[in-house]
Parts: sequence; C-alpha cells; structure tokens
Amino acid sequence: MSGRISYREALRQALREALQRDPRVFLMGEDVGCYGGTYAVSKGLLEEFGAERIRDTPLSELGFVGAGIGAALGGMRPIVEVMTVNFCLLALDPLINTAATLRHMSGGQFSVPLVLRMATGAGRQLGAQHSHSLEGWFAHIPGLKLLAPATLEDARGMLWPALQDPDPVLIFEHAQLYNLEGELDATVPVDICSAKVRRAGRDLSLIAYGGTLGKALAAAEQLAGEGIDAEVIDLRVLRPLDDVTLLASVRKTRRALVVDEGWRSGSLAAEIMARIVEQAFYELDAPPARVCSAEVPMPYAKHLEDAALPQVPAIVAAAHELCG
Amino acid sequence: MSAPRVPYPQAFAQSLLRDMLRIRRLEERAAELYGAGKIRGFLHLYIGEEAVAVGVLRALAPDDAVLATYREHGHALIQGIPMTAIMAEMYGKQEGCSHGRGGSMHLFDAKTRFFGGNAIVSAGLPLAVGLALAERMQGGARIAVCFFGEGAMAEGAFHEAINLAALWQLPVLFCCENNSYAMGTALTRSQSQTDLCAKAAAYKVATQAVDGMDVVAVHQAARQAVEQVRAGLGPYFLELRTYRFRAHSMFDPELYRDKAEVAKWQERGPIHSYSARLKAQGLLDEAQFLALDSAVSAEVEAAVAFAEAGSLEPLASLCREVYTESPGAEGAA
Repeated sequence: MSGRISYREALRQALREALQRDPRVFLMGEDVGCYGGTYAVSKGLLEEFGAERIRDTPLSELGFVGAGIGAALGGMRPIVEVMTVNFCLLALDPLINTAATLRHMSGGQFSVPLVLRMATGAGRQLGAQHSHSLEGWFAHIPGLKLLAPATLEDARGMLWPALQDPDPVLIFEHAQLYNLEGELDATVPVDICSAKVRRAGRDLSLIAYGGTLGKALAAAEQLAGEGIDAEVIDLRVLRPLDDVTLLASVRKTRRALVVDEGWRSGSLAAEIMARIVEQAFYELDAPPARVCSAEVPMPYAKHLEDAALPQVPAIVAAAHELCG
Repeated sequence: MSAPRVPYPQAFAQSLLRDMLRIRRLEERAAELYGAGKIRGFLHLYIGEEAVAVGVLRALAPDDAVLATYREHGHALIQGIPMTAIMAEMYGKQEGCSHGRGGSMHLFDAKTRFFGGNAIVSAGLPLAVGLALAERMQGGARIAVCFFGEGAMAEGAFHEAINLAALWQLPVLFCCENNSYAMGTALTRSQSQTDLCAKAAAYKVATQAVDGMDVVAVHQAARQAVEQVRAGLGPYFLELRTYRFRAHSMFDPELYRDKAEVAKWQERGPIHSYSARLKAQGLLDEAQFLALDSAVSAEVEAAVAFAEAGSLEPLASLCREVYTESPGAEGAA
C-alpha cells in the first residue's frame, strides 16, 4: 500500500495491521479508545476492534505499564501507549526495575515482549513538563531496546518487528512528526537493528534521529549550496546503537556532527561522540561536535523554545566550523 | 478460647505442618550459612510467617501464577521449586533456580509459574494484574496471586493495581502479609488508615482479615477467596495478620520493637500451636512429629550438599540473558 499519508496515519496503519494479524496484540493506555488517542493515532480503532483490545486506562502510568509487563509475561503482546516521555517517568520503576531486568534476574526464564509507545520532544510550546527528550536516559539501560521512527516508512514498519521481539521495545515518536506528510513507500524493508544513511555525502557526517532528522536533512541541503557535501545518518535504533553504520560513515567523511534534542550533558550525543573517538580517533580530521538542546527546562515562550532547541542555522554553523 | 478443630484428614493435616517445617528448617539453615559466609547479599527470613504462605499456596491450583516479595523463600518452596535449587541460588551457583543471577530476593521458576521474588516493594502487584488480564483475554481459568507486606499499601502501585483489578474485574488474589512493620516502621507510624481491609474495600474489592498465625484459618479463607476469584467475581483482598520473629534482614538490630512484643507473638508461633492442635485431636503424635522433622532436616542437608557441589557460571557468559538469545524463549504463557 503506497500513497500520500501522514506519520500519524502510518502509525495507525501499523497498529491496525498488528491487531489484525495477531490476536494476542492489544493496545492499552490513557485515552487510546473513546478519545481516539492524545495525538489521534488510535482514532477509529476502538470501533473496529472493541474495548477489550483498545483498552482505555485510568491515569496510572505505573499501574498500567506494570500490567503491560504482566500481560506480556502471560502470553499476550501488549502495546502500551504513554502520552509523553515526561509521564513515562511515573512508570520508570516497572520499566527499569522489572521489564529490563526480569530476563536476567530469572536466569533467562522470563522474557518481556512488551512494546511501549510514547511521544517525545518539543516544539509545540507545551512547556517544561511535556516537551523533553528523555530517550537518552532510557538508552542507558541494558535490557531495553529503543526505536525512534523519523520517517513514514519507519512509522509504518517498525511496530510489527518490535512486536516480534521477545524483549521490551520502547518506541519514541517525536511530537512534531505526527503531522509529517508524504508518499509512503511500502516496498522499503524496515528492520529494527540498523542505522540508515538518509543522504549520502563526502565531507561530513550529520548524525541525527527522530525529531532532528528533518533538521539535519534541511541543513545538508543548505550546506550543499555552500560547498559542503554532508552525509546524514538516521540512528533509528537508539539502543543497541548500530556502530557499524555510524563508524563507516565517519571513517569516510572524517568529520562527525551529532544533532540531538536531548540536553548535552550525559546525552546520547555524548555516547555517540565517545564511540567515534574510541573507534575512529586517528581517522578524524576534526574533533567530533554536537548540536544539542540548551541546558534549561523547556520554556513556554515561542522565541525561547526555538532558541533552546537544535535548529538548522546552528547545525549549518557547526558544520562550517567543523569543515573550516 | 481453644482453637477450632482442624477439619482435615490426617495426611493433609500433617502435610500442612510438614510444609511449614520445610520453610522453617530451610531458613534456620540459611541463617547459619549466612553467618558462615556461604550466603551473601540480603537475606530476609520468613520465620514466624510460615502459616501464610502455606495456607494460601496450598489453596491454589498448581498452575496459578504466584508473585511474592523479597521475603519469598517459603513461597518459592511451597509453590514447588525444589529446595536444592533454592539453596543453590542463595549460594550463587548456576544450578540455582535463577541460575545464580537472582539470589535470595529473586527466586524464579517458569515451570511452577513463580514470577519472583521482587525486591521493589509493591512492584509485583501490577504484574499480577497484567497476568490476570492476559489470562482472561485468552479465556483461561488460572488466577494470579500476589503477596506483599502492609508497607506496600503505602505505595502508589498498590492503589493503581487494585483499582485496575477491580475496574476490570480481574482474577487477582491480593494477599497482604501484615506483620506490623515496614522494615522498622510500624503501620501506625506510617499510614493514616490502619484498617487495611477498609483501604481495599474502598476499591469495591471483597476483603477478609485472617489470623495469619493459624494455618487452618489461612487455608480456609484462601480457599473461599480463590473460589470466588476463579468464578469471575473479581479480585479479593486477604489481610493475613502475622509476625516476623527474626530481624528484617541480617543487618537489623531491631531497635524499633520490644522483646516482650516478639515473645508474645512467639507464644502463638504457627508451627508449635498447630502441632499442639493436631496432637490434641489425635492427628499427630510426638514420634510422628520427630519423624517428620527429621525427614525435613534431611531434605535441608541434601539441599546444602547440592548447593555446595554446584558450579559457578563461567565469567565468559557474564553478559548473557540481558536480551533473549534464542528465538521462541518468551513469556511463560
């Protein structure tokens, strides 16, 4: 199935397909049913699949994420939706102390085939409790897998392989992407283990994911007109990181610029730079660099929020500095 | 007031005593081995509370799901994990029921559907809700049983889990082991509402408070609760009033309670009080008790020998079992 579609609709198609294909799959979360999903992703699914499988929950993130883990242990394939990554902090205990540890603590007896979806990121003036990019924190945890679909194909294609994975998979959907529209190429194979080169280039590797991929691509277009041929890597999978693709690009371009909406201290960007330095130090022509969010809780005022986030001009400027 | 008659045939009546003795002797030996440095980490003894695990677990079907706390040696044993595998786990040996990765607080067993051994207070409760949900969605008749202390009822997870279970009318049996202390903090010092059944009843859940020192009372109440839960009448909350005779863990100087209070509860110890009842009814004589006890002691010594002879996992496999390696090994179902 191809054609013009939004990121939101691509996610919905993926949900519908999973619900049709596997009777063990169900969706559970706050306002996923009657309301149609906070970001309208699950709109219409309640009518199609009924209240048992499109299950509205009370405002109990700890409770329903824990129940999702239990249901996964019990043989179901739950997709649990948490409205935003900020709210997911209320469910850190079941995720980190249980979902990520259970297989190990039980000596390999119990896997947790749970899929957890949530919105992340800023750009909608939602202030300091709805806008943060905390996926870097989760990427610290052994036992979890993290996906960041940044394209229509990934929004459509990542859910099914995530459901086939026997371990907990967290899917981070950048809130700015829900309205992204384009032609969905349904023939593109989608995996959940690799980073992808989204634009080939020779002079510099721009490494981005989720909400920063579009900005990196826009920066690359501008840089092309300014004599710099940038390669753009979409991480896609935030844990485990695909070092092979990442390093192959950096070894080719000899320059790396990471674009991450997380805060720079202790960020995913920091981890990626460390890996580049550890594995390709002598092949670099310049120290790796990064464009991250300003180290401030996300402000409400539009001009301040814009200034806090990685933006195309900052990426372009950093690229020039790196290539200077 | 003398205790009511034990309403069971002799073999079953004695098997309850035997199960309590198995827990008691296993843990007494574990405490010695802790002193000898054979067992490390935290070791939380259930001594004094045995009637609770035995009474409840003996009322279940063998394939019901069970979730317990970090004070779970007894639950693991009665649910069917061999004593050998439990002892080996405490030794950190790969023959242990969690392959030496869990230790005393994280005993697991897929075969008997024992979902841990959870060292986060109240964390097992939402899992029980999920297991019950999965069971109902798949049309099964198994229930989920979770044990937790009264301290867990101050945690948000208790309130979120029992609300979900009641809202969705799920087959969950909530078993609150009320031993009056959350580590060293008395219930009266930590919760405004100390009527625990009232708390659960606020979620429109059926409740019953039971003398947790009386294995018969626990077993009878659990049987009735299990029947109701299995019949689809929604979750059930049992408050089992019991007492921990030993310290919270091996590092607890017990500054928070009087010796006299401990002694008073010990008078009502679940094993000797039940033995006395059985003897008074002619269901047990001293020779039978001694034979039972010595068979249990032999089981414990065999478990120690098994653990001693066990092997350490090679360091080369340190990072295994973080992610599933073999396809097909997933949720126990």
